[in-house]
Amino acid sequence: MSIPDELKYGRSHEWVKTVGDSVVVGITHYAQDQLGEVVYVELPEVGNTFGVGDELGTLESVKAVSEFLAPIAGDVLEVNERLEDEPNLVNDDPYGDGWLVKLSGSAEGEDLLDAAGYQEFLDQESA
Amino acid sequence: MSESGAVAKTSLYEEHLAAGGRMVEFAGFELPVQYTSLTDEHYAVRTRAGLFDVSHMGEIVIRGPGALEFVQLVSCNDHQKMTIGRAQYTGIMYPEGTFVDDTLVHKMADDEYLLVVNAANRHKDFTYLTELAADLDDVDVIDLSDDYAQLALQGPLAEEILQQLTPEDLSELKYYRFIEGSVAGTAAIIARTGYTGEDGFELYLAPSDAPRLWRAILDRGQSHDVLPAGLGARDTLRFEAGMSLYGNDIDNTTTPLEAGLGWIVKFKKGDYIGRDVLELQKEEGVERKLIGFEMQDRGIARHGYPVLLTEDDAEPASYVTSGTQSPTLGKALGMAYLPIEATEVGTEFFVQIRNRNASARVIELPFYSRKKN
Repeated sequence: MSIPDELKYGRSHEWVKTVGDSVVVGITHYAQDQLGEVVYVELPEVGNTFGVGDELGTLESVKAVSEFLAPIAGDVLEVNERLEDEPNLVNDDPYGDGWLVKLSGSAEGEDLLDAAGYQEFLDQESA
Repeated sequence: MSESGAVAKTSLYEEHLAAGGRMVEFAGFELPVQYTSLTDEHYAVRTRAGLFDVSHMGEIVIRGPGALEFVQLVSCNDHQKMTIGRAQYTGIMYPEGTFVDDTLVHKMADDEYLLVVNAANRHKDFTYLTELAADLDDVDVIDLSDDYAQLALQGPLAEEILQQLTPEDLSELKYYRFIEGSVAGTAAIIARTGYTGEDGFELYLAPSDAPRLWRAILDRGQSHDVLPAGLGARDTLRFEAGMSLYGNDIDNTTTPLEAGLGWIVKFKKGDYIGRDVLELQKEEGVERKLIGFEMQDRGIARHGYPVLLTEDDAEPASYVTSGTQSPTLGKALGMAYLPIEATEVGTEFFVQIRNRNASARVIELPFYSRKKN
């Protein structure tokens, strides 16, 4: 399972990457593997405001429906519109083209894990 | 499921782990929902072949001089003319004309019928049938579920692959027929039946022989890219083929006529449980019917989502019985019961998807039928 060092991670398997004064959010390699091939993505509307842990949107595989949560508080600045026609990007490139939303705000001070911490978290969850 | 509620393993449990199966609990058994990819497994069955462990299914035998009469009593289909070696789909009926279960009846001998029943219903069916047979001294009801493993090899290449493992001439075995023969040196019932909408076979054999047969089939199928397939693909395959799933599309509140299964309801036979209700329903017409639909708005309708006849309805007319993104057709499809006046193809209605009312349209069932030669 790939867990890039430069990202921060939420305990509900989202990753967070700081870009200037905003953050990009996606789901981890582990999360997409658990979900299976994503066939449908429901993203929030640009401009909506979310608190930590709020449901940002929905990812669906053939078999399952899964929510993804806001790892930080913020307003939605942008959503990955490519996912409407290419939901499989979430599986094929979860840390890249499969990103989900861009939020205003900062990962600073949020209760997030670093790569080693997330790996440990996964080890504990599967133990 | 055992009475204690413990989760059972099939004889192929180790094979599933070895193949990377993602194990889930289903009807009291630990079974793989998928191995590496649900959609790959789905396409394997549609285009080549896939191998399923369906050992969780129940096997109930009706035996004795009164076996035919008893089967006729509990089933809405007519089994009078079945010859040995034939299988027939039917419903076991409640007096209300609703389903105790749906089942495949196999005529093993003049005085013996093998009923293959849903795993989740096995104990319920056995109790129901046993109580009905309690006063009859010419028929026994025997639960042989633990004596049988069941493998399903499904897909257009199923015959070619299985033929390499059996001396029986499979080209002579027609749809819904079976033989008691041998596969890979193992005694087995070889039935040309399935739950995928493709050609294929269901094999019943001793659990202790199942792992060897499993490996033999995958070994022979390797050059054809045959894949082991899990419960996830089993569900999407049967769904596309418009086959009902007990607990979703049919249950103890629905009749076969409402479920679009009028072809298994026969009246040119003697009395049977539920007959009067079904006869009246047939005469007066059903008030609701199971239909297929496709989503027009974005979103995937799933089992249990509310169905609204108009966008502003406060109360749901019903609920989606089955629904998913169809791998073969690439569309979000579903099934639901609708009032008869709303069942015409093309009728628009709405499915509530996370508090949003998404438009859907009635289309023909089945969604998918294979091209037959």
